Amino acid sequence: MESNRRSFLKVSGICALGLGALPVAKALAKPALPQFLTNSQALTGKKWAMVVDMKKCWEKADEGCKDCILACHKVHNVPDIGTIKEEVKWIWTEHYENTFPGQTNEFNVENIKDKPFINLCNHCTDPPCVRVCPTKATFKRPDGIVMMDYHRCIGCRFCMAGCPYGSRSFNFRDPRPYIKTELNPTFPTRERGVVEKCNFCEERLAVGLLPACVEACKNGALTFGDLEDPNSPVRKLLAQNYTIVRKPELGTGPNIYYII
Amino acid sequence: MLERALTGSQRYYRWLMFLLVFVGMGFAAYLYQLHNGLSVTGMSRDVSWGFYIAQFTFFVGVAASAVMVVLPYYLHNVKVFGRITILGEFLAVASVTICLLFIIVDLGKPMRLLNVLLYPTPNSILFWDMIVLNGYLFLNIVIGWNVLEAERKGVHYPDWVKPLIYTSIPWAVSIHTVTAFLYAGLPGRHYWLTAIMAARFLASAFASGPALLILLAMIVKKYSKFDAGKEAIDKLSQIVTYAMLISIFFVALEFFTAFYSNIPSHKHSLEYLFVGLEGHKNLVPFMWMFVILAIVAIVLLLNPKTRTNEKTLRIACISVFASMWLEKGLGLVVAGFIPNPFDQVREYAPTIPELTIAFGVWATGILVLTILYKIAVSVKEEVA
Repeated sequence: MESNRRSFLKVSGICALGLGALPVAKALAKPALPQFLTNSQALTGKKWAMVVDMKKCWEKADEGCKDCILACHKVHNVPDIGTIKEEVKWIWTEHYENTFPGQTNEFNVENIKDKPFINLCNHCTDPPCVRVCPTKATFKRPDGIVMMDYHRCIGCRFCMAGCPYGSRSFNFRDPRPYIKTELNPTFPTRERGVVEKCNFCEERLAVGLLPACVEACKNGALTFGDLEDPNSPVRKLLAQNYTIVRKPELGTGPNIYYII
Repeated sequence: MLERALTGSQRYYRWLMFLLVFVGMGFAAYLYQLHNGLSVTGMSRDVSWGFYIAQFTFFVGVAASAVMVVLPYYLHNVKVFGRITILGEFLAVASVTICLLFIIVDLGKPMRLLNVLLYPTPNSILFWDMIVLNGYLFLNIVIGWNVLEAERKGVHYPDWVKPLIYTSIPWAVSIHTVTAFLYAGLPGRHYWLTAIMAARFLASAFASGPALLILLAMIVKKYSKFDAGKEAIDKLSQIVTYAMLISIFFVALEFFTAFYSNIPSHKHSLEYLFVGLEGHKNLVPFMWMFVILAIVAIVLLLNPKTRTNEKTLRIACISVFASMWLEKGLGLVVAGFIPNPFDQVREYAPTIPELTIAFGVWATGILVLTILYKIAVSVKEEVA
């Protein structure tokens, strides 16, 4: 009896160890992806990017134009918490010296000094947030969009430490009571404890619409398109203008370009 | 052996009750946090990790330090550590418990914790940290328990424990290396983006952990018949001396790289910590306290007279532990976020609920430590 019980315990111990190793085996195995039908109208691209023409933004638009920000935050039910500490933002403005720290000098021309620059997720080619996420709640799609799965996020905020652009917001509290725009019932609201960020309006691309910010800009300051397509509007702008990106030295490969 | 935790003096029970009060308060505060979200903490969009993660980082070091007694004892047959090894291993168990609890209380969605196992992600250092921490917990409890049980029975520990002991040695190094990699691989966080991070972590671990172990051995000696022996304490204090010197040297290296190269982004966090940045100087007094305590510790440790004197050694060990806590358990994590990616300074200070939860986690760790030490000491007293 005694030796039987002992050998049973041994075998079950080894089995338990095997079960413990299962996640590692799973991690190394490639899962089959489910297949979906796509909308025939959907906009498709190989590497989505945006060009922000700050000249158009400042020169043509009224001072303090926030059309893009309002449109984005409305369509995505972005809450307005009202404190810097818990701020949630998908697209917003920061001064030149904050958007491009390390690229300023005291003699910067007037047209960039203290000017507001549009900030959003850079949808990096090699995104550090995706690299560090322990649950794949942050992942990069084949078309270059860096996505958040709000239902998988455990709220460890490693991605926020990883993002060198401050493009990620955390829901420190339940965001729903703070949605001050008209509620968009077609886009999910978030709940407490998850990270959120700009998603390049992937839900709009899927039905053939351009991102909300691009559509909302009356002055055509924002241009969206496929970097891999030589005929795309972004490629044309990049070929005709001198552009800069944020913190290129970090090797993240930002896909938001600025004309200044 | 577990029953030995249940029989003790009144003082033992009073101490457990005292700890349970803090555990209860921490748990109540945690329920409050669960109800209101991490909004009850001082963390923000800009400083997205705070006191919890800093404590986790510091206690990984305390856990890793067990190797400083395990390695000489099992690998080099340093007999004097024989009596103290079990204390080191059980300290590791308690510290890893503290680490894991601090990670859990920091999560925005703790109920999804198992997603880390359900969707394993080898490219995330956090995945590996989970593996090494839990592995280390398992190794130390199994090794410590079996060696102790064998000692009680007056026999040699079973052969299958040996490979686990050997595994535990590099594993101890791995837990702190992997934890350092959580920080050292992030672009844009200049204060953390340093190749010396893992080395710094290990050096400070081997100073703070053994310092705590010396203090614990002194406490155990005072309240029980178990004495780790002067020789073991002497050897440990030498380890603390070297580790402390190396640790401070490594911190100084960071200053050289930042200030001689004169790159503003590399200097900012250090400036914030030691002199303040743009008028923000919350952490400055704490960091100077770190400097003062480190100097006191080194002076007391370097002098053989004060190092071998129990009273001054006690002061030295408290100074080592406190200074390393200030440097790593307070400054390091927060300063990585200051200034933020927009070159703005947004400061952080823990809130009352946050501190109450932290006290609760510490108390839980001390509770685990007390129970394990009670068992170990009872066995040692019985065998002696």
